[in-house]
Amino acid sequence: MSFLKLKDVTLQFGGVTAVDNISFEVEEGEVFSLVGPNGAGKSTIFNILSRFYKPNNGEIIFDGKNLLEKQSHEVASLGIARTFQNIELFEQASVLQNLLVARQTHRTSNALSEMLFLPSVKKEEYRHRLKVEKVIDFLDLQAYREKFISGLPYGVRKIVELGRALAIEPKLLLLDEPASGLSVEETQDVAFWIEDIKKVMGITVLMVEHDMNLVTSVSDRVMALADGKKLAMGSPEEVKNHPAVIEAYLGVSEEFEK
Amino acid sequence: MRVIFKKSYEADIRLFKDGVQAFWYLLLLVIAVILPFLINEYWVGEFSLMLIWAIAGMGLMLLVGHTGQASLGHAAFMAVGAYSNVIMQNNFNIPFILSLPLSGILAGLVGACIALPTRKLHGIYMAIATIAIGVLAEDLIVILEPWTGGVGGIFAPSIKLFGLDFDRYNNVSGLYWLILAITVLIVLGYKNILRSPLGRSFAAVRDSEISAQAMGVNIGKTRTLSFAISCAITGISGALMGHFSYVFTNETFNIVISINLLLMIVVGGVGFIHGAFLGAMVVTFLPSGISFTRDAFFSDFHIIPGIESGIFGLILIVVILFEPMGLYGRWLKFKTYFDLFPFYRKDMFRRQKTYLKTERTR
Repeated sequence: MSFLKLKDVTLQFGGVTAVDNISFEVEEGEVFSLVGPNGAGKSTIFNILSRFYKPNNGEIIFDGKNLLEKQSHEVASLGIARTFQNIELFEQASVLQNLLVARQTHRTSNALSEMLFLPSVKKEEYRHRLKVEKVIDFLDLQAYREKFISGLPYGVRKIVELGRALAIEPKLLLLDEPASGLSVEETQDVAFWIEDIKKVMGITVLMVEHDMNLVTSVSDRVMALADGKKLAMGSPEEVKNHPAVIEAYLGVSEEFEK
Repeated sequence: MRVIFKKSYEADIRLFKDGVQAFWYLLLLVIAVILPFLINEYWVGEFSLMLIWAIAGMGLMLLVGHTGQASLGHAAFMAVGAYSNVIMQNNFNIPFILSLPLSGILAGLVGACIALPTRKLHGIYMAIATIAIGVLAEDLIVILEPWTGGVGGIFAPSIKLFGLDFDRYNNVSGLYWLILAITVLIVLGYKNILRSPLGRSFAAVRDSEISAQAMGVNIGKTRTLSFAISCAITGISGALMGHFSYVFTNETFNIVISINLLLMIVVGGVGFIHGAFLGAMVVTFLPSGISFTRDAFFSDFHIIPGIESGIFGLILIVVILFEPMGLYGRWLKFKTYFDLFPFYRKDMFRRQKTYLKTERTR
């Protein structure tokens, strides 16, 4: 029984088939990467997993549960957290508040008790804060704790978004281009964090990334996509040297065509 | 500049940052309480009106400033509060202490019923839908004449509470204190919402619906809840307004009031509780200010039609152009300037660039 299983998932936007009969399985505790040129359908797969898009057919099983029966706001409480390619933080709020929003799935108080701010609500706030502080320590965000997102540079926002996903305490983490727009040093930090997320926290990671260095250094398995179709799957080295992948990225030289 | 050294998580949760801040708010409360002894009855009445507007402003602020939803029909919910409160007292003999919260709850329920079908609307479409509600409410009041008195209006009884009579004309200070107490309770409730998960889910919906969903926030439920709470607060202010103005008709809660409410929170500063109060001050005291100025310049009784709306409009334009953060934003800048003197930079409050957002999957 695999952890996350996609079977024959297809999504069409009118005449365009964004995801074409994709099947793959992610095992618990591994880092699984999706690579491919722009428009290959990688982010679309993420949006299907977040239940923003409804696939035309196929099935998705996560942790023994049928994901397609859940609504998009119920996905997080199953233990799936995600980041976005174009950062989607809550801009008019502080880093701390952003991370605390992620504790929503662990909320036990109701609206009325919160309006009265009963002692139980306060106790729960302490508990959430403790969890969030652990994430802040893990990602070295202490200096930015009370800063508003709207005033933060791009690189920090990227990390805050990773932190917000971790604050959910997920079982599966979906990272949509975690290193895009980051400097070489920042990308190395991301690589270390992904290692730690996998080994120390025991979280399974499904990642979309263009930076092949990062993909090679952290992934256990890689799947290459192009035009919504599966090209190759295997270890990073296998996929990198697969003729179909090279063709999709670089095209075929005239000599080979003959 | 005061540096607050935080030693526990409590520092970020408690109502006041530190003792100094608590002292200033306490001082403000003391001044508000002893105000009737310092000024004459006319001004006590004006301050009561200001507090009522501030409550209505807080209601709308929760929706516009903290959940990012527009409403151009909030006067309708003031009307629901005002009429239901008086009808409960006159027709069903329910005492004020019950009818006031009940009228708030009723306004909240009406708000929730309206929010359910409109919760998928955004921006301008939401504004159009709420304008329609505002217009409909006015007509409904006329149609429901047996209950509401139609265009003839309805008389609010004087408030009786614990054997005391808070009459609008005979006990001006008493009414003021009653309204002040209700205002303080609502401010506390509002503040509690802001520092709890509920307030954070509102902010999440405001700033990015898509990632709020990915965090497990139920967008529809959150927006409905925000609309309902907002309408409940506005309904309470409407009920108080009914008692304050003694007699009210369908004209009392027309579309101009809705626009005034919106103007109030924009001028005061969207997104701050203080903004509701500062905006309420402008809306309440500007008409008196205009008439006093007019009397000073023209000895004969001189009426310039539309001068109030004109000046309101002008203020709104000036505020939007030069101070989008409103009066409270101006105060924050002023305070920061002296806090950091001489290190204040001109662009400190400037909105930073927003990076590309994912709107396709909305």
